[in-house]
Amino acid sequence: MADEQTNIPAQGGKPEPSGFRLVATLGVAGLVSGFCLVGAYLYTLPLIQAAKAKALEAAIYEVLPGCVRYDAYDLKSGALVKAEGSASELPRVFAGYDKQGERIGFAIQSGVPGFQDIVAGIFGYVPETKTIVGLKILESKETPGLGDKIFKDEAFKGNFLKLEVEPEIVLVKKGEKANPNEVDAITGATISSRAVVSLLNAGMKDWKGTLDKEKKK
Amino acid sequence: MSEQVSSGQNMAVFLKGLWEENPIFVIVLGMCPTMAVTNTAINSLAMGMSTLVVLLGSSTLVSLFRKVIPDQVRITTYIVIIATFVTVIDFLLAALVPDVHKELGAFIPLIVVNCLILGRAEAFAARNPVGLSFLDALGMGLGFTLALLSIGIIREVLGSGSLFTISLFGKGFEPWVIMVLPPGGFLTLGFLMLGVNRLKKKKA
Repeated sequence: MADEQTNIPAQGGKPEPSGFRLVATLGVAGLVSGFCLVGAYLYTLPLIQAAKAKALEAAIYEVLPGCVRYDAYDLKSGALVKAEGSASELPRVFAGYDKQGERIGFAIQSGVPGFQDIVAGIFGYVPETKTIVGLKILESKETPGLGDKIFKDEAFKGNFLKLEVEPEIVLVKKGEKANPNEVDAITGATISSRAVVSLLNAGMKDWKGTLDKEKKK
Repeated sequence: MSEQVSSGQNMAVFLKGLWEENPIFVIVLGMCPTMAVTNTAINSLAMGMSTLVVLLGSSTLVSLFRKVIPDQVRITTYIVIIATFVTVIDFLLAALVPDVHKELGAFIPLIVVNCLILGRAEAFAARNPVGLSFLDALGMGLGFTLALLSIGIIREVLGSGSLFTISLFGKGFEPWVIMVLPPGGFLTLGFLMLGVNRLKKKKA
């Protein structure tokens, strides 16, 4: 029946359903829902992790131009040790090597609060020249069409191809970049731009001391 | 009770969501995603399609179990059904199309509270047979998608000078930044509603 009124459960005519029936209905609904969610979670978890690992690997090659191979290192009581296993609780950094086996630099992961949520990224750092040579934003919920220019705008991305980190990275208004440690902000997305700069500075604060001491092997 | 309906009636149920009772321009439901993700055409399309899938799934299930679910707990049960669908879709998008998932970010979980979906469950699916509920959801979902897309196209063309990220006007075009900001959403929606209402009045 197409009539919208036909199947309304009669309000007065029907006896009140027992409390047990109400609880049972919700219980069954919750149970079925729970099974669906656990199923979907178990099915998608390896796929999501694989996609994330792939994105991370691609990002390491992207932020260290010329990199053909990389090793993962964990920071253990102030020193770098070769990482074991795919994940660990320790802070992790990636050393990238070129075709000749020379170490190019390090890929450092970092994250800071942005306009909406954590902005997380990975960037390439060369201790010899104390410059950042590439940046890739891995996670961001910045406003689509505006804040998301931090990873879409080519001009903004250009800031991070050769950026000196000393004394620290500074955000300036668009078009006012004059020094090698300055970053041109995105018009209309100052908070997101600022988040990117503090992401870099936070990453440098965590790692610079350790990495600058690392001799080329 | 017979569940047979003429094909003309089926068509009417399907079509009303597209124009006569368009969820955005006429019923004005689901305004949160309408404002939030329509600043580019591709985001609008992805949001519309995700909502369509959730709407189809939840309307069909609600209609299927409409005689089993006691009246007193129906809203809670509908929400459980809708939330389950949304979460499963969230997982699937993250696993299968990580790029699209990254684009839509926070807005996928928010489909749960899109009042269009609960609205159709309560106003239609809970009172009508499965086939009709499916058609209603399909019409409403497509109407929602088309409306989002029309807003998204206008905002992207004016606000970024591109369509589906393909640049339209070359370097000389100064984008109307306001159009990709929230006020641009309200402006576009307002003008589109004005147009739709004028057209409807003329017809009547």
